[in-house]
Amino acid sequence: MSHIPPEESSLEPKNEAQTMQRREFLKNAVLTTGTIVGVGGSLSLLTRQASAATPEAALIGGAKRPLGPYDTSEAQTSYQSITTYNNFYEFGTDKAEPAKRAGTLKTRPWTVLLDGEVKKPQRVDIDTLQSWFPLEDRIYRMRCVEGWSMVIPWFGFPLAALVRRMQPTSKAKYIQFTALNDPKQMPGQLEGVLEWPYVEGLRLDEALHPLSFMAVGIGGRLLPNQNGAPLRLVVPWKYGFKGIKSIVRITLTSTMPRTTWALSNPGEYGFYANVNPKVDHPRWSQATERRIGELSRRPTLPFNGYAREVASLYSGMDLRRNF
Amino acid sequence: MTPQLESVSKPSKPIKASKLSWLGPGVVLGGLLPLVVMIWDAYSGLLGANPVQRATHQTGLLATILLLASLACTPLRQTLGWTWPARVRKALGLLAFTYAFLHMLIYFVIDHGLSLSVIVEDILKRPFITVGFAAVVLMIPLAITSSKGMVRKLGFVRWQGLHRLVYLAAGLAALHFIWQTKKDLREPLLYAGILGVLLLTRVVWNLRKKKGRPAAAPASRSS
Repeated sequence: MSHIPPEESSLEPKNEAQTMQRREFLKNAVLTTGTIVGVGGSLSLLTRQASAATPEAALIGGAKRPLGPYDTSEAQTSYQSITTYNNFYEFGTDKAEPAKRAGTLKTRPWTVLLDGEVKKPQRVDIDTLQSWFPLEDRIYRMRCVEGWSMVIPWFGFPLAALVRRMQPTSKAKYIQFTALNDPKQMPGQLEGVLEWPYVEGLRLDEALHPLSFMAVGIGGRLLPNQNGAPLRLVVPWKYGFKGIKSIVRITLTSTMPRTTWALSNPGEYGFYANVNPKVDHPRWSQATERRIGELSRRPTLPFNGYAREVASLYSGMDLRRNF
Repeated sequence: MTPQLESVSKPSKPIKASKLSWLGPGVVLGGLLPLVVMIWDAYSGLLGANPVQRATHQTGLLATILLLASLACTPLRQTLGWTWPARVRKALGLLAFTYAFLHMLIYFVIDHGLSLSVIVEDILKRPFITVGFAAVVLMIPLAITSSKGMVRKLGFVRWQGLHRLVYLAAGLAALHFIWQTKKDLREPLLYAGILGVLLLTRVVWNLRKKKGRPAAAPASRSS
């Protein structure tokens, strides 16, 4: 222990009052800074949120090609946004969480059970299933029930091709999709926010519509886990929650499937969930949406802009009641 | 048992006014720090894919936390005998109002482009907007009358009566948080729970005071 003799300090003040003053000033400065850092830091910790990093994935698709009949020519949402802003409650209810937490999902090996009202039920490996159909790009608008939208270059195959391959019996009227139920891989399932597994469904004629799509990739890359790898549904004229992710079972049924959100809150979410600017969510308007990447809102279009293609599926139906 | 008794019976040191001169500026600047960070995040693209929604959510949460902090000052004095939180109560309340007002501005100006028809429809038709808007409006007179001069001008009793509106504003804010949530209610219910505890402490305190029993301040323990 060595003490510096007071005589040696060059900062030695002239009198005691000055020492006290200086000490008081320094102490106050330290305490003020400490309080700023403490208060500001804890508030930021409680409210700020780090964005997730963009995933890397292998390219599986080909080069750009001319737009197909179902593609939109609107500007595509950035790959960064598509892969870091996700509703995938199996990995948490915050939109940044799936990108951070979906690493636990193991997408190979993966099998899909095809059963129900089909000629011959079977369990098929995802790579085999994928090889049944020529894979293609589909640039679709995606409208979330929460009031935001994206333009996403999906990669996959038409659902109709799969349904035909399953050879429906005459009793098949609906198609039901079931997602993986495994809290070890999907930690958000332990949080008990929804009933698991996630279940979605369509009427068979909706499933057979050429717009209905099964995606295995985005922009020529394999689906990142947070976007529903290895297999997900895309129905562009319906709200995004219909697009069930990480599917393990596809069943043709004679009765209407009991779907997750409709079960969880029947007053707010229906089986059909067609995008409709005239039918508000009970708590918020559906008249406008924010396209991710844009600052101001834009009007929402009936059937998300696909009315010409799909409106006839619902002729004679009261869309206010069948929301 | 002896050491415990000793520590309890030790009189709490009175704090001199000048000794805490750093607290106020520290809290105000610290409270504004998240705003600086948020502006920086917005500028450098760190608010994520939907920055408007992120900023709305963040300012709303900051307003909630700061409002709860301001409401915690009195219970802290009542239960633990701490007097220093009362010195920053006003600053916390004004910070809460600042963030609440920003929260509303972002929603109406940036999110909805100041479209009057949307604003009116939202306030009238959507309960979660109605109560959120009401909470901010209720806080305006409180912010205006927060100075010492206004306490004198209004007289303490009237001033205190007016400022009890903060309980209503906080309740409406909690309701707004719950009602705007799509599904996962854990976070809003946590904040509503904290608010409940803070308000309940006051009720219990006032009831005990009315009964004429000595209050549970550490200095005057009765049992």
